[in-house]
Amino acid sequence: MRPEGRRNEDGIRIDPEAEAKHEPRRAVLSALVEHQPGVLAEVSGLFSRRQFNIESLTVGTIVNERRARMTIVIEETRPGIQQAKKQLRKLVPVVSVRELAQDSVQRELVIVKVNGEEPDKVHAITEMYGGETLDAGPRTITVEITGNEQQVDDAIDAYEQFGIREIVRTGYASLSRGEQQTAAVEHDTNVTADTEVPADDD
Amino acid sequence: MSDSAQTPHTDEVETEATDRQPDEPESESHVEPVETGADAVVAALKNADVDHLFGVQGGAIMPVYDALYSESDMTHVTMAHEQGAVHAADAYGIVTGDPGVCMATSGPGATNLVTGIADASMDSDPLIALTGQVPTDLVGNDAFQETDTIGVTQPITKYNRFASHADEVGDDVATAFALADEGRQGPTLVDLPKDVTQPETDVEPGRPETPDTYNPPEKADEDAVDEAADVISAAEKPVILAGGGVIKANASDELRAFAKEHEIPVLATMPGTGAFDQTHELSMGIAGMHGTGYANMAITLTDCMLAVGTRFDDRLTGDVETFAPDADIVHVDIDPAEVSKNVEADYPLLGDAKAVVDQLGNAMTDSPEADLWREQCQTWKDEYPLDYEMPEDRPLKPQYIVEQFDETMPDDTIVTAGVGQHQMWAWQYWTWTEPRTWVTSHGLGTMGYGFPAAIGAKLAAPDKEVIAFEGDGSFLMTSQELSVAVRENLDITIVILNNEAVGMVRQWQDGFYEGRRMASEYPWVPEFDKLAEAYGARGFRLEDYDEVDDVIEAALTYDGPAVVDAIIDPEENVYPMVPSGGDNSLFALSEADLDEI
Ligand SMILES: Cc1ncc(C[n+]2csc(CCOP(=O)(O)OP(=O)(O)O)c2C)c(N)n1
Ligand SMILES: [Mg+2]
Repeated sequence: MRPEGRRNEDGIRIDPEAEAKHEPRRAVLSALVEHQPGVLAEVSGLFSRRQFNIESLTVGTIVNERRARMTIVIEETRPGIQQAKKQLRKLVPVVSVRELAQDSVQRELVIVKVNGEEPDKVHAITEMYGGETLDAGPRTITVEITGNEQQVDDAIDAYEQFGIREIVRTGYASLSRGEQQTAAVEHDTNVTADTEVPADDD
Repeated sequence: MSDSAQTPHTDEVETEATDRQPDEPESESHVEPVETGADAVVAALKNADVDHLFGVQGGAIMPVYDALYSESDMTHVTMAHEQGAVHAADAYGIVTGDPGVCMATSGPGATNLVTGIADASMDSDPLIALTGQVPTDLVGNDAFQETDTIGVTQPITKYNRFASHADEVGDDVATAFALADEGRQGPTLVDLPKDVTQPETDVEPGRPETPDTYNPPEKADEDAVDEAADVISAAEKPVILAGGGVIKANASDELRAFAKEHEIPVLATMPGTGAFDQTHELSMGIAGMHGTGYANMAITLTDCMLAVGTRFDDRLTGDVETFAPDADIVHVDIDPAEVSKNVEADYPLLGDAKAVVDQLGNAMTDSPEADLWREQCQTWKDEYPLDYEMPEDRPLKPQYIVEQFDETMPDDTIVTAGVGQHQMWAWQYWTWTEPRTWVTSHGLGTMGYGFPAAIGAKLAAPDKEVIAFEGDGSFLMTSQELSVAVRENLDITIVILNNEAVGMVRQWQDGFYEGRRMASEYPWVPEFDKLAEAYGARGFRLEDYDEVDDVIEAALTYDGPAVVDAIIDPEENVYPMVPSGGDNSLFALSEADLDEI
């Protein structure tokens, strides 16, 4: 069976019937890395020099002290996501890389400092999003919200009416659901990551 | 694909054996016990069977040099400039297939290596750089000659490491060596703070071994191979595109056998030049911007391309929309990230080129029926030969000089080149028959590469003839290494195709900037033959056609470095040419053609 369609300017074969361009989409990558100095710089340097659009990057230790986990959210076309995964995997201190399914468990923590003129209303919103008030004074109220992308974005929208003075977001931390390992050390899979797309991806 | 959910974190994967046999004798000579971190560095290099090092001394690297003082198995070649050291080591690696080693002190020593490391990175050349560093407690304080070498070289190394303890530094070097060598080769660097190399340790380094998380693919998936073989068998207009990976993987024999058995025409990329024998009738020469017209016709009109060890560089593909538009692409590569990076692979085969070409050979059921296609290819070869004119009223033509040297020198001669027009003429007009004979800067296009590379190549292969084609501009950048070639009495020939210009720039100015020759004409270059003599080398000036044979003979006969300053036609240009980002089938054969494309 011969592949159909011509290559576009990005070298990608395009189905003549379908759209001529791949649309960027959000992807969550999880990487297991060696816990050693310089890895964060190496990963962030890779994403910037190869012009991958990065939305957030978090890093933290795991049970195995020699390793750390990075969660990287990128906004890229499908071929861009594939390329980002492979480039990431290529770094020597990177042990494994997995693109998480859209239904993976994702959490971000955000701290918002709003004007304190309407404490009751602020409190109501905080309650609604299951957040917590960290600091309250006559002029400002500081709250913490934890949630997935949608929840955090919605909460921020809701606080906007009071006037947001300052905001800080941690970026996403994410694990896959159920028994499946988030970024298992399985070399064949990583080596052929080329064709691997999470199950629920269209 | 197997579900990995059950795989434990500690999943031990068979570690790849290094190509050095464990039962090989350690070394014939007496092995000194390790006493310091620097000794461990030296011992790690010895374990890796290193025999030449290229470098320049300096404060922070002094402990390592001191450890080399009593070392008789390894020869250190002091170069005039660290750029010379890194290019020499790079060429040494290309010619031998094993990592070349260069060393430099911290700060300016390390930054002088940067160009050459970037060069090695672009061309996947096996190279290891050892740099001195200020003592750890001064790091971060802007100490004298402190540069963040790890930070600076991060984007241009396959792997780099700041050595942090004398007990581990030997293994750091061993790991870096193995990583430079295995999988897709490339440059690695170990930064060696003085307080890591100086202190005492008795920890002997292990043999070079990659970390167990490093697992380049070896053989391609059998089903994928079968599928690709079927596609190739069914092709009507097949070609093989031999990339640099064929040579790096020592897969030339396998590729030649495959092509000949199935009678498939072969094109080479610039780094893949020498993978196939250009004198064979199946050779379609060299492809890309300054490739042959017939190669670029074949690459455009093929219906099935077996591309081995290539990253589809833009100087090869031109506009990817017009690159092999009707071809099924079977892409063999050891680096998954190269597959579908620039050109989507229809049939990706991940693995070592040698193994995968062999697998493909076994999987082929039929040879493609491509008589008509081979005839067509032959017609293109007849129609668009490489060609130039030699009008009597014009100075020497560079192509002629290259051809005359080619005729005089043996097939396995190693040819190095700088970057520019002269490099393209050498590439086009030399007859390439052997792998590891074409040593130049492909991906980075580093002027100044050719001559120090010739020094490294000669030391790597003392029994082979080595010739460097240089431009006047390129040679000016590293000509001080003549002092080294003279000191080491290296029998190499340097031919400067002297157009008193950075000619490639001048050509683009004439073609694309309406002839505004800004900063491209070099009427101020020295008389290179006299410069050579000043260093103690032999110098020849070549100006007329009737001197060519005699000068070639004299230069090649001279036992030592000989520089031929060949005064060529300054208006000569490189053709064919596919303008940057153009359609490969629309190549210009002259400046007039450029306007029409
Ligand atoms: C280090 C470096 N600087 C600048 C360039 C840009 N450049 C590309 S080719 C070229 C001309 C090289 O001149 P020369 O060595 O005399 O070769 P010619 O083209 O004249 O044969 C220049 C300046 C480069 N490739 N490398
Ligand atoms: Mg020149």
